[in-house]
Parts: sequence; C-alpha cells; structure tokens
Amino acid sequence: MGEIVKDTREGRQSIVGKSMATRDAYGETLLELGKKRDNIVVLDADLSGSTKTGKFAKAFPDRFYNIGIAEQDMIGTASGLALSGKIPFASTFAVFETGRAWEQIRQTVCYSNLNVKLIASHGGITVGEDGASHQSTEDIALMRVLPNMTVIVPSDGYETMQVINAIADFYGPVYVRLGRAKVPAVMPAEYEFKIGKAYPFHIGRDANIVAMGIMVSIAIEAARILNDSGIDAGVINMSTVKPLDTGTLLNAARSCRLIVTAEEHSIIGGLGSAVSEFLSENFLVQVRRIGIKDSFGCSGKPEELLKLYGLTADDIVETVKEALKK
Amino acid sequence: MDKRDTAFLKQQAKRVRIEILKMLTEAGSGHTGGSLSAADVVTALYFYKMRHRPDVPNWRERDRFILSKGHAAPLLYVVLALTGYFDTLLLKTLRKIGSPLQGHPCSKTLPGVEISTGSLGQGLSVSNGIAIGLKIDNLNSRVYCLLGDGETQEGQVWEAAMTAAHYKLDNVCAIIDLNGLQIDGPVSKVKAIEPVASKWSAFGWNVIDIDGHDMEAILNAFDEAETVKGRPSVILAHTVKGKGVSFFEGKVEYHGIAPTRDELEMALKELDGNG
Repeated sequence: MGEIVKDTREGRQSIVGKSMATRDAYGETLLELGKKRDNIVVLDADLSGSTKTGKFAKAFPDRFYNIGIAEQDMIGTASGLALSGKIPFASTFAVFETGRAWEQIRQTVCYSNLNVKLIASHGGITVGEDGASHQSTEDIALMRVLPNMTVIVPSDGYETMQVINAIADFYGPVYVRLGRAKVPAVMPAEYEFKIGKAYPFHIGRDANIVAMGIMVSIAIEAARILNDSGIDAGVINMSTVKPLDTGTLLNAARSCRLIVTAEEHSIIGGLGSAVSEFLSENFLVQVRRIGIKDSFGCSGKPEELLKLYGLTADDIVETVKEALKK
Repeated sequence: MDKRDTAFLKQQAKRVRIEILKMLTEAGSGHTGGSLSAADVVTALYFYKMRHRPDVPNWRERDRFILSKGHAAPLLYVVLALTGYFDTLLLKTLRKIGSPLQGHPCSKTLPGVEISTGSLGQGLSVSNGIAIGLKIDNLNSRVYCLLGDGETQEGQVWEAAMTAAHYKLDNVCAIIDLNGLQIDGPVSKVKAIEPVASKWSAFGWNVIDIDGHDMEAILNAFDEAETVKGRPSVILAHTVKGKGVSFFEGKVEYHGIAPTRDELEMALKELDGNG
C-alpha cells in the first residue's frame, strides 16, 4: 500500500497542471498500474487505440484481451476474470459500454457485485464530428440506476490518474466516464481524490455550480465572470456522481440561494437529477440544470457543440443571473 | 469426484429428479421441463466429473459449473444440496420470501452458485473469463457451462463462441441441453437453430453429439472433451423436456409451471416404478 502511494506521487509530477484528454491520462495510469500489479487485466472491444488501453496492451500482451466488436461478451468475459480474482478494466466508447451491454452489466456485474471496472472513453458530445451515434448523453443515467454501481466522472488528467488508482484499490463495480477531447487542468497539486468526496473550489453565498467532467473548468470560468459582476458564485467538482457527496451538497445549498448543475449529459437522469432528487427531499433551494435538453447530439467541432447545446460559461452565467432575479 | 459407476449415477439422477419435483410442488411455481431434461448431465458433473469440495465452495482449484440457462435453478439447487453444499431442508424454501434459493440462481445468497444467472445468453462469456483467469494462474481446472437450446438464439452466445475459439480455451466445455422446446413452442418453429453441430464446428469448437439421457455416453463425452487440446468442446446433449415423468415429457406447457400435488404423487410413483 505504502509503495503504491509513493509511486502515485512520483507519477503526479508529470501530470499535475497538464492539459490533456482524460482518456490519455487513463492510458498512462493503466500502464503504470500494470507494472505494479500483475492481477490487473484489460479488455477492449476493438477500440484500444481510442480508449488508450493500447499502451497497456503493448506492454502486457498476456494480460490484454481484445474481445473484438462484441461489447456484451466483453462484459461477461471481464466478469469471469473478476471471478478468477483478477481486476479487469474493460473499455470501449461510453455509448457502447453502457448502452449496448447495459443488461449484461446489470445481471452479471452488478447483481453479483463483481469487481469489474468499466472505463469508457468518448463520453458526452465533445466526441465531435462522429455525431450522435457515438456521443453518449445517457450513460450516467444508465449506470447510476444500477444497485452496487459507483459512478465517477473526473474533470482533468490529474484527477483521472487518481481515480484510476483509487478504484483499483476499491472492491466493486465502478463506471468511469472519460472524454475524447483535451481538457484544461483544474485540480490543484494538493488535491486527494476520494470516492464519494466532492471538491469545493469555493462555496458561494449567492449561487453554487455543481459540475462534473469537462463542465468543471467551464463552471470555474462562469464563476469568475459572475464574481466580476458582483455575484458570489462557487464551484463544486462532484466527480463521484454515485454515491453523491450529500454533505458537501447540503452545506453548499444552505450557504446560497441557487444551485446550478452542469453536465455534458442529458438533464434527465444524470448529475442534475441526482442533485435535484437529494435537495427536493432534504433542503428546498432553487435548482437549475445545465445539460443536454432531451435531445441527441450531432456532428461538429467540440467547441461548436458546447455552444449549440448551451454548455458554455456564458450559458451558465445567464442561467444564474436569470434565476437570481426571481 | 466419485468413481465411474454408471448404475450409481443413474440412481443419483433419479434422486435428483424426485427432489426437483418435490421442491417445485412445494414452491408452486418454477421451471419443471428444463430442470428434468438436463438432470442426467448435471448429475454426471457433480457426482462424477467435477473436482469440487462442497465444504469449501470457493476452493481455488475446483472445476466450475455455470448454469447459463438459469431457469433450471431447481436442478442446480438439488445437486448442490445432495452433494453437501447446504442442508437439503433448504430446498423447501425455493422461491419463498427471504430464501437464498431465489427463482433464478443468485451467487450472493447461495454457496456453490458461481454467478447469478437468469437472463439468458450470458453464461458462456463468464465461463470464458474464468477459463482465461485459470490459464493465467496455471491452474488446470475446467469450466462447464450449461446452455439451453432456445438460449442459443441469443447473439451473445455466438460472440462468446468466437472468443473461446480465438483464445483456444480448451478448458471450457459447453453443454447444450437440446430438449427441442422453448416457451412459445418447438425451437424449430419459434426460430430454428439447426444445423447445430455444423454451426459450432464452424465456430471452431470440438463437437460431441450424444443422447443426453444415456449416462455412459455422457461420461464418455466429458472424458473425451478433457482430452481435446487447443480448442473448446461443446457437448450436444439431445434430451427430452420433462424427462422421467411420462405426462411431462415433450410438453411445452411444463416449461415454466410446477407440478400439482396430484401430479407429484403420480410422478413419484412412476419414478419409483422405474427401478
């Protein structure tokens, strides 16, 4: 245990403060984990170049299984490996991992509470040009509803590295959503990821933005604009969507007049829903949900898509100002 | 586990059928036909072929049995109880509230159940994963996976068939319980799966075709499968749904219903009368 922590810290030097795609951080971390532990095995469904499991595959060909274009079979095979005492990391695009193989994840992984790690890349609309068929906007909802499942959406490369290390030490099914596009570094060097623990950058007295994944950096930008115009807005990185850090959420809600959720996901079933569900039963406060409004994605450049679907800092600023008027 | 004694195994298979019928009647619901059709094959596994330790269910070197056709749970529960995994008294609790004997097998509640099943088509993939893990650990344990014939209409079965052949999983032995019937009628009418043997053969499997009620043939098939290297084996067990009770045999209605008290009485008489 001590050794792993030490190695993790060494790895941190190269990755902290670095703008990178979370999938790239995954590929590098998985490779390091593979060097340290021989019970880590990796499966992919013909997308190892894109999910970045290819790095592990090259270094450890005997512990990498390409199951081909067969996501349902990949989940079952990973489950069998978990039953053999291995720690399988199974990766493909978020849409296929959680959608195509959902019932396999339900019946075989979650019902039996197996130690299977589902690490999906290409979450959200910033997949870009490939369009709606490859853009996952429902995965958090699909995974969050399953008993025994833990759901994590890291915000940057540094956090991703910590998440991957943390879940290797945690027993149980975990879904981690990663992105295709490069994202700015947001988490400070002293940050320590813990499953189920949110990170408040600042708790605002007027509004607090609860964000996950790429929306964390966008929320930080929005908060800066709001603070410049005299509105005290805070940002909370809710990287673990399930179990939700209700303590931090309640504290934030009690401190302000408005909670805004921000996610690159449908406003149905995801972070916005999780936060609303909790607050509606525990603390009445205004809530606004920034996210995809019950529609499919489309082709375009990531930044164009964020604009089209109302996921920019300006959209958050406008939503906050509008809601606070009431 | 035990010695190769065909007469003894036939006797055990009869006992298994009797217990299945009793527990299903007690439960008032459950899958009769497909539990009886596979009774001989599964008896052969638990009372002869498999290396397992009922007192240490998670023994690392055990052979594994995956019941992909999870609705045959009564059959699995009976062989587990009769071989000593738990008290046979538990059989009376099948499908009752709070019972570890769920309607379909649940690995979290019952020792000896390797993986929860019930949603069809998933067991062979799991078997492959276990088989890969065993190979990584240099263990020569084998994985037996029982599928229904209708179950092979699930696409995932064929994904898994390709995986087992590709990774040369010769420690995997699938058994297809070819009883010819599924819920909506004969498999050939609902959606034909023939030609079964050439399909599996084309997918790279060693195919062994047998009468799934001929104990000698069953034992020979399992022994043969173990000698085949470099590819997985599949045993095509031709069976009769409801086997052992004349008025259940070949009746599609008895896929998913339990015997009544009267039917149980008649069935037990019939089974007792047959040696």
